[in-house]
Amino acid sequence: MAEAIVADHVTKDFVLRRHRTFKQMSVAKMRGEETVNRFNAVDDVSFTIQQGESVGLMGLNGSGKSTLLKVISGVMKPNKGSILTRGRIAGLIATGAGFQNTLSGMDNIFLNAAIYGLSEKETKATLDEIIEFADIGRFIYQPVGTYSSGMTSRLGFSIAVHVDCDIFLADEILAVGDKPFKRKCMKKMEEIRDSGKTIVYVSHAAASVQKMCNRVIALEKGRLLYDGAVDEGIRVLNYGDEDGDELSADDEELGADV
Amino acid sequence: MSDAAVTTTQSTELPPLAPPSSTLGLLSVFQRRYLLKLLVQREIAARYEQSFLGFLWSYINPLSQFFIYWFIMGTVMGAHQSVDNYPVHVFSGLIVVHFFTETFGAGTRSIVRNKSLVQKMPLPKEMFPVAAMLVSFWHVLPQMLILVVVCLISGWHPELGTLIGGVLAFAILMCLGTALALIFSVANVFWRDFGSLVGILTNFVRFGCTMIYSYDMLAQHAGHFKWLVLGNPIAVACLLFQRAFWAFSTSHPAKTIRTEFPAHLYHQGLIALGASVLVLLFAQWFFNKFDERIAEQI
Repeated sequence: MAEAIVADHVTKDFVLRRHRTFKQMSVAKMRGEETVNRFNAVDDVSFTIQQGESVGLMGLNGSGKSTLLKVISGVMKPNKGSILTRGRIAGLIATGAGFQNTLSGMDNIFLNAAIYGLSEKETKATLDEIIEFADIGRFIYQPVGTYSSGMTSRLGFSIAVHVDCDIFLADEILAVGDKPFKRKCMKKMEEIRDSGKTIVYVSHAAASVQKMCNRVIALEKGRLLYDGAVDEGIRVLNYGDEDGDELSADDEELGADV
Repeated sequence: MSDAAVTTTQSTELPPLAPPSSTLGLLSVFQRRYLLKLLVQREIAARYEQSFLGFLWSYINPLSQFFIYWFIMGTVMGAHQSVDNYPVHVFSGLIVVHFFTETFGAGTRSIVRNKSLVQKMPLPKEMFPVAAMLVSFWHVLPQMLILVVVCLISGWHPELGTLIGGVLAFAILMCLGTALALIFSVANVFWRDFGSLVGILTNFVRFGCTMIYSYDMLAQHAGHFKWLVLGNPIAVACLLFQRAFWAFSTSHPAKTIRTEFPAHLYHQGLIALGASVLVLLFAQWFFNKFDERIAEQI
């Protein structure tokens, strides 16, 4: 077993600009106000994920899940600490792929695949599967800007799962999409997991995390709250929550869907 | 970290552990030529999208400028009398200026325009300014064809100087254009003011080159201020390019070269190329410095 992702004291801060224009900034300076402040979206997070593990990344909105996923994928760089990954990374970040709205779905497939590092030949070899899985019919030749949010995420997910990657990142993929597609996605994700690839799966639905993952990492306000077994992790997250029972009931319902 | 090193040596068939965001800057752009090709093709296609005249627009813009200079400067201000084969003088300068300003302008907008990709996909962001430069270069090719035809009609023949001058001129323009596109594209992410500044700088470039006026006029009227123009690598590229094409289309090429060009033009060209490479290195450093903030600030 080898490590797939090693996060070592990863901190990612964001700059909050309160004054944007020259006029606002000079007034603020004269008054002695701060013009810039920072906050840590991900704060001193360390963990090691072994190859073949399937990890559920959980936490409330704004706890830093998506930022952490962006750091793992390489879209963002940590300010402090280091992140190391092994092999090709594919997946969806913040519900949706990086698509160009003016390009057709077809062109976007080639562009996205090239960004993941596929050659033209490799893309052509999986093209039919991608189109078939996305199942958006003749809209594949229309500009992505005209797609509905469901169609966009179908295509994005389809490209991501057909890239021969070592690490698969999935960020709330089930937030959009209808029941049959959700089911199809979960099945595909299970296939990916069973083929021995590393998965980092962001979700609020406890039941689907229980089904997919063998480990939970939970964040709270950017800090590592919990890292360990799935059931315990879900309990930790609901701990102290007044609506805990109601929420878990919702979760089960969501889980039953998928 | 030491653990990581151990595992890597144990399992040699696995790819190594590496930072996911690591890039080699401009070098990785040329390593990923297939992606670069797709971006360039896409940009070329996008420029004529939903346009009736399509590809023709890339001729209409420089040609309209050409006719304005040809008529206002040539006929009204009398440049046709003082500069031999003035239309070719203007047109050869225009190719240089247009290539540079297009690279600069499109390059500056390139990262912001590709926002959706930059926010979600890990790729070397240098791709976008470089792609913008290559798209502009693509548009130069048909203009070159027109220039060569016009030159041939006025009795021009290619010689070794054409090759040296042409290659040197474009090497300078590509380095400097990419460098400024890198700096401005990243600056434009933080403050869109830089996008507006491009318009002003473009004007300086247009009038800072020996396009509508000749070197001889500059030397006679500007005195020591002529170094303000000659210290500019773009102006040197313009002179090199005119020496390659315009000089040999005039009635007395030898005399034209003696009077209308600085004495050590090729040396100046090499110095300008060296300076452009230095600016490019600085641009890469500047880009790296702000690169990590692009995805969140855009």
